[in-house]
Amino acid sequence: MSAEVFSVFYQFADVFAFLILSAAGLAIVFGMMGVINMAHGEFIMCGAYVTVGLVNLGVPLAIAQILAALTAGLIGVAVEFLIVRRFYKRPLDSLLATWGLSLIVTQSMLLIVGSAVRGIGTPEGSFAIGGYTFSTYRLVLFGCAVAVLGGLYIVFMKTRFGVIARATMQNAAMAKALGARTGRIYSISFGIGTGLAGLCGALYAPTMTLIPTMGATFVVESFVTVVIGGANVLLGTAPAAVFLAMIRMALNASYGQIIGQIGMLVAVILIIRVLPEGLSSVLVRRGR
Amino acid sequence: MNSGRKLGMVLLGAMLGTAAGVGVARAAEPLLKVGLLEDVSGDLAFMGMPKLHGSQLAVEEINKSGGILGRQIELIHLDPQGDNARYQEFGRRLLNRDKVDVLIGGITSASREALRPIVDRTSTPYFYTNQYEGGVCDASMISMGAVPEQQFSTLIPWMVEKFGKKVYVIAADYNFGQISAEWNRKIMKDLGGEVVGEEFIPLGVSQFAQTIQNIQKAKPDWLLTINVGAAQDSFFEQAAAANLNLPMGSSIKVMLGFEHKRFKPPALNNMHATANWFEEIDTPEATDFKKRWHAKFPDELYINDMGYNAYNALYMYKALVEKAKSIKLDDMRKVIATGDACIDAPEGKVCINPKSQHTSHRMRLISVGPKHEVKVEKDYGTIQPYWLGEIGCDLTKKNDKDQYTPSHLPKKS
Repeated sequence: MSAEVFSVFYQFADVFAFLILSAAGLAIVFGMMGVINMAHGEFIMCGAYVTVGLVNLGVPLAIAQILAALTAGLIGVAVEFLIVRRFYKRPLDSLLATWGLSLIVTQSMLLIVGSAVRGIGTPEGSFAIGGYTFSTYRLVLFGCAVAVLGGLYIVFMKTRFGVIARATMQNAAMAKALGARTGRIYSISFGIGTGLAGLCGALYAPTMTLIPTMGATFVVESFVTVVIGGANVLLGTAPAAVFLAMIRMALNASYGQIIGQIGMLVAVILIIRVLPEGLSSVLVRRGR
Repeated sequence: MNSGRKLGMVLLGAMLGTAAGVGVARAAEPLLKVGLLEDVSGDLAFMGMPKLHGSQLAVEEINKSGGILGRQIELIHLDPQGDNARYQEFGRRLLNRDKVDVLIGGITSASREALRPIVDRTSTPYFYTNQYEGGVCDASMISMGAVPEQQFSTLIPWMVEKFGKKVYVIAADYNFGQISAEWNRKIMKDLGGEVVGEEFIPLGVSQFAQTIQNIQKAKPDWLLTINVGAAQDSFFEQAAAANLNLPMGSSIKVMLGFEHKRFKPPALNNMHATANWFEEIDTPEATDFKKRWHAKFPDELYINDMGYNAYNALYMYKALVEKAKSIKLDDMRKVIATGDACIDAPEGKVCINPKSQHTSHRMRLISVGPKHEVKVEKDYGTIQPYWLGEIGCDLTKKNDKDQYTPSHLPKKS
């Protein structure tokens, strides 16, 4: 019996980690900053490829993953400076620009690195409970997802940067008038967002096939989570992920992956219909 | 001649996925136009790239040795990027605008079924070069790959005998996966086995923790893995990490997706497949073929069976046209009807079956070891694509233009 209980928790943790890690970066870039970043998946791919490249050079996995996230973050800062900055007042054009970027990046990777890269293998470690065996690394992913949420909370709620960043997102002109360097805030926020996307790719790299279009498998889940979460990263994304993970896990377990995916998307449609501002609109109102 | 610039244009054209049709005519005879639709970008690019390469190698060799009926071949390749709508659009363009003499290609069965009605409205022959779930009875189509009676009727009884009667199926959720699963049900029933679970996975799904647990709950003796595409292949890595450790069988793994080259050992340990081609074949003919391939494409990770079949397709076309002394489909089909449409392929002699227009193949059962070494477990010799003929498809008499499955058989007339 305890094996069944644990397995339910494990499956929930697995879906939850996938949703949080793939959505965390987008929650900042899209949820807070309002940039529809169609290249989100490519930042995830970047994190995965850098991780695999570094591991093949002999760098230990954990360090490679941190470096990969930093790389994606730095590239994000550069992309913000060169492209995204010009589109803050034209959100639909930013969609086109980042989509173009995404096409260019995937095709360039295909031409330069090739159509498939050999994987590095998931770190050893599995354990058995009852008749089931589980991969330890999946629990590490869950731990990382919780740590990412905690880290975001501290950065955006407890630091001076966080206060200024939130002020800038709410009313850039007013924040500027009060002396905040909004350009730099946007840059850093975008970098944190893409860095978290890179972290997602880095963490999932050992468990997946590496191809240039691999980011696409994360994109639907990440947008869906952020959209139903709403504008508030912390009060929106986390409950959205919990909610979607419960639905998906239950349906996956009883009816298989197809129904799991359909059910999750139906739930999303219903929520957007009832709460167009996302879950955080309710939670924030209640909180005040 | 500024052939350098022309080559550049060809490359540029291929990159942009547009018509790359610039050839240099050597003889006075007009060029033979070969239309090729293969994905070299998108999710299936890693499988499609060897198909393009196999076609290019065959065209180069045939052109060097004098072409077909003295005519040089012009290969027009378009990249549908794994999108079925683009398959249709590009198929129409090749057939109606470029007026190709033969159409080759398509990776997934979904793309083939998207193309077939368009081909059927023309009198252009179409070669499908993949192994697939079988059953297409269509006079316009010549199938070069292996079919279930060559792959499943060999593999499944062997797996049952060796590992046990309980199987769990993981299949991609589209026509290939659904019909292959149906074949498995039929063969397992005939053998007195039991399908303890079947899971159909939408394309693009990459997370399998729940599937792995469902498998452990059902306690099968072995797995039939007919999952498709890079995302779904992540199953193997995740199953190995969770120490699932079950024997696996498949009609598409190893020789087609070269998962044993793409994943770190031992993710593919204990995988079994039946194949007419895999790169590890070491007969003299195969070795010679591999040498020519790697000389032209030194970076090829693996020569997969699709790429190999794509190469054979051009030689089969050449054989048919030269025996018929005509490039008309009807004349070529008269040659097929004699049962004498054969080529000496790197696997050995292969022939087109007159009733179904599918190809006979020498089938071997291979297994993958813990270090991802490939071993031949059993050699079945040449197996005919007999199933369609048995159920009543006879293209020498009637063009059904249909795809049959064990549960969708021709109406008795």
